[in-house]
Amino acid sequence: MNRYRKTWAAALCGTMMSGLAVTSAQAEDITLCWAAWDPANALVELSKDFTAETGIGMKFEFVPWPNFADRMLNELNSGGKLCDLLIGDSQWIGGGAENGHYVKLNDFFEAEKISMDDFAPATVYAYSTWPKGTPNYWALPAMGDANAWFYRKDWFSKPEIQEAFKAEYGRDLVPPKTQKELMEIARFFQGREIDGKTRYGINIFTERGSEGITMGATGALYAWGFKYENTPGKYDMEGAVNSPEAVEALEFYKELYKCCTAPGYTDSYMQESLDSFKSGQVAMAMNWFAFFPGLYKDEQVGGDKIGFFVNPGQNVEASTLGGQGISVISYSDKKEQALKYIKWFAQPEVQAKWWSLGGYSAHNSVLNDPGFKDSQPFAADFLVAMGGVQDFWQEPAYAELLLAMQKRLHDYVVADQGTAQEALDKLIEDWTETFEDEGKL
Amino acid sequence: MSQQEISSSVAEQVAGRTPAGVARKVRGLSDRAIAWIFIAPTIVLLLAINVFPLIWTVYLSFTNFRANRPNRDVEWVGLRNYERVLTDSDIWHNMLVTSHFLFWTMFFQVLIGFGLAWLINKNFRGHGVWTTIILLPMMLSPAVVGNFWTFLYQPQIGLFNYVVSFFTGADPSSFQMIGSVDLAPWAIVIVDTWMWTPYTMLICLAGLRSIPDYIYEAAEVDRAGPFRTFWSITLPMVMPFLMLAVLFRAIENFKMFDLVVELTSGGPGSVTELASINLKREAFEKWRTGLSSAFAIILFVTVFGAANIYVKALNTVKSR
Amino acid sequence: MSTTTAHSVVAPGRRTRFVAGLLVVIYALVTMVPLAWIFLTGFKTPPDSISYPPKVVFEPSLEGYVNLFTTRSRQTPEYMESLPPPQTWYEELVRSRHMVIAGPSKFGERFLNSVIIGFGSTFLSVFLGTLAAYAFSRFKVPLADDLLFFILSTRMMPPIAVAIPIFLMYRTVGLSDTHLGMIILYTAVNVSLSVWLLKGFVDEIPREYEEAALIDGYTRLQAFVKVVLPQMATGIAATAIFCLIFAWNEYAFALLLTSGTAQTAPPFIPTIIGEGGLDWPAIGAGVTLFLLPVLVFTILLRKHLLRGITFGAVRK
Repeated sequence: MNRYRKTWAAALCGTMMSGLAVTSAQAEDITLCWAAWDPANALVELSKDFTAETGIGMKFEFVPWPNFADRMLNELNSGGKLCDLLIGDSQWIGGGAENGHYVKLNDFFEAEKISMDDFAPATVYAYSTWPKGTPNYWALPAMGDANAWFYRKDWFSKPEIQEAFKAEYGRDLVPPKTQKELMEIARFFQGREIDGKTRYGINIFTERGSEGITMGATGALYAWGFKYENTPGKYDMEGAVNSPEAVEALEFYKELYKCCTAPGYTDSYMQESLDSFKSGQVAMAMNWFAFFPGLYKDEQVGGDKIGFFVNPGQNVEASTLGGQGISVISYSDKKEQALKYIKWFAQPEVQAKWWSLGGYSAHNSVLNDPGFKDSQPFAADFLVAMGGVQDFWQEPAYAELLLAMQKRLHDYVVADQGTAQEALDKLIEDWTETFEDEGKL
Repeated sequence: MSQQEISSSVAEQVAGRTPAGVARKVRGLSDRAIAWIFIAPTIVLLLAINVFPLIWTVYLSFTNFRANRPNRDVEWVGLRNYERVLTDSDIWHNMLVTSHFLFWTMFFQVLIGFGLAWLINKNFRGHGVWTTIILLPMMLSPAVVGNFWTFLYQPQIGLFNYVVSFFTGADPSSFQMIGSVDLAPWAIVIVDTWMWTPYTMLICLAGLRSIPDYIYEAAEVDRAGPFRTFWSITLPMVMPFLMLAVLFRAIENFKMFDLVVELTSGGPGSVTELASINLKREAFEKWRTGLSSAFAIILFVTVFGAANIYVKALNTVKSR
Repeated sequence: MSTTTAHSVVAPGRRTRFVAGLLVVIYALVTMVPLAWIFLTGFKTPPDSISYPPKVVFEPSLEGYVNLFTTRSRQTPEYMESLPPPQTWYEELVRSRHMVIAGPSKFGERFLNSVIIGFGSTFLSVFLGTLAAYAFSRFKVPLADDLLFFILSTRMMPPIAVAIPIFLMYRTVGLSDTHLGMIILYTAVNVSLSVWLLKGFVDEIPREYEEAALIDGYTRLQAFVKVVLPQMATGIAATAIFCLIFAWNEYAFALLLTSGTAQTAPPFIPTIIGEGGLDWPAIGAGVTLFLLPVLVFTILLRKHLLRGITFGAVRK
């Protein structure tokens, strides 16, 4: 027994000591929280300059997208001090502002002469303001982003493929200009044998757990002219959310999923989209601009094998908004250092380097630079997309609204339950309930 | 485990106790004091971490409180949350999914678990080693296992579909275990069965081993055939053990969260959305704290009530 | 069945035994396939891991393990050439994929959190459990069976249901995302198992030992420490391993109540991703390292397993 006890005591002491070592990080370090994805790695690279300049060390907490919202909103709601800076999703801004998670930045911007006019208006509107469109700033636009498409340029340019496509559809095989063309091309590639392997048409977002299928399907919905409200700010959704155009768009998205995706992508989001494309299964895939630098650099499918295009319009030209602003967390003990980081980050030179490393700057000095459009093969598309972005609800109750949409869309598109009309009608019911709870209806 | 178990073990103690033991006066603390000092910390901990939160949950279930809106006024809403939960067709759907999961996992685990135990009880050479190997899956972390099974279930790159196609000749990418509405409920049953069959096996094995040899010898003398022996001796003797195994597993599977959430996250649609998964969504994603407290209480009362009824049945079987 | 004579049921014949053994071995091998696959995937390269059809034969690589412990970023060939030559074998491996190591990953930290929280809560729950079990076993505690049943019934709450008020409580007192908070919570969950198991073990120790010690002039406490505790050593060790395994495997509480500081490995492992695309070899490596201790413990515990999983209700 004695021997047992000694081992136990030793083990316990050891673990306690190491526990202390873990928790007592350097006092000067600040922690930045963001999603774990390609641009985050670029930000790590970029932030080394900040540490060199100011002596403030940077720590990072990156959470993969499927868990990002859950983890971070939980962190905010528990008043956690993990993050000093948070690059939070655009839809969180309402909750961040109203529940006191974010520090209001107006005074700081004024004192440091940071002007929101230096940033692209769409990004300021989406990433910084609450209530929407008012000059109340809760974040600095950090990462512009939208959902777009990429395709196998090498397959598209094969003569025999070109010929076969022309014979079937009577037009040249080029990146689609409308959603319906997109489906035709996907259908064309579905099950086609290329280089001795069976290929599939397309990868689209179908993820259930976080926001995947909503972000994917809105690409079609917005293109058909979907609106959340008849009159902005009135929450009158009947006739807007379930308009005939919306129903048609949702039916289109389901058909696209049924006809032209590779087997097994029933719960597909960013990582799965990349997987299906990189493993050579699909001819086209949707994803956020954020991944395009990495894709272009890929050894297998990058370089001249890949091409990019903006979300095709149907009735209107529109793209689903991604992207984030950087905010200071009100529970942090190191707000001063965190603000220093934002001040540093807002500088035009830093923004230029941010773009060159693979981040998407929203700063006008970068975007309006004459060389910008040609700096990357997807840069021009990025500008086009950002000109027509639409976002999900940014209400404080956004998570509830999103979960309802996830469920209704997944039930209809993937699980084959009910019709598009029913799905959207039920969605209005869910959303009405939420807004009633909120006292907004 | 059961109430009856407890009372019987308490009774045993009382019987085996020397009469003077209770009142023994010795130097130092009295026995009574020691008893309380020894038990108190545990009770205090459980009061703080289990009972107090439970009471708080009951209180919250009558309010419209939201943990993500600390600034909002908390209103007393009476039974409205309970009404909403009980009239919510999505939640009834969750209950249906949970029942399907519960029934089939129990069915397969009892069947296979008992079969395995029966085979192992033949005491072939090396049965100890193989038993230990069979036991491994149930000791692993369900969330981690669930996560890895998503990989095994991938129609294009996963192993499962290839193994199935090897034996059936079907094209491996022609079916999707976790993506299709028809197969997903079975996908979670398969993984749970893979993981927890050892549990019923182990308990059944204990049951089989508890049957004294002389009963079989007596049956042999009576010239009872193997089937009769099985139906009139083996099965009834093992039944209490089997029912105990089902009790434990059923409680665990009713609460099931980690394995399935990592495997399917309730999808496709809501086909595998078990009660706990929806509870997590209501409580920690929608942050409807009041409503989800009511939901939680309803779940707790259900499992507690069902377990008590079951224990009564178990005692009847035992006393026969 | 009828090949042997006198003990045909009691001691099965050779052929029966062989068939039974064969079936059990087949089951055991089938049940091991997923685990073997996890282990093998840890030694594949990322392209091999997602090749279709799946590769059974492949060239082993440590890339999964390297990826598990590092974060990497993809760079252009020009940038790669500007770097000094790689210093270590793992740097070289990463460079061969056109990437550079950006820093260590969080896996080490999360693993350590699992160790700290696992051992901390195990120590506490066994400590509390030993005391309570002794008291329940040896003294006449009023309402003993009600108390014991109450202790057990705390396990019937779905973890998510428990997590709602605990989340609010911890937020108020500042225990969210702390090691201490998780240790207390796991202790509270484990103590029921600990009390029930240990009570069984104490019940098995003959009371005469203590009686003799008391007659020799020991106090009750001395008798407990010097006579009973040493007898309980095996039971305590077995109970401790059960508590440890529970804490090690727990997911729901860790998912909801921890974040960057005290997060344990189970909620972390499924979130391991590579640079663009899922990194199954790294996940395989992480799962292997995480499951290994439990495998070892299971083998050590095999004699007491039955008792542990039934809260001591079945003792063999």
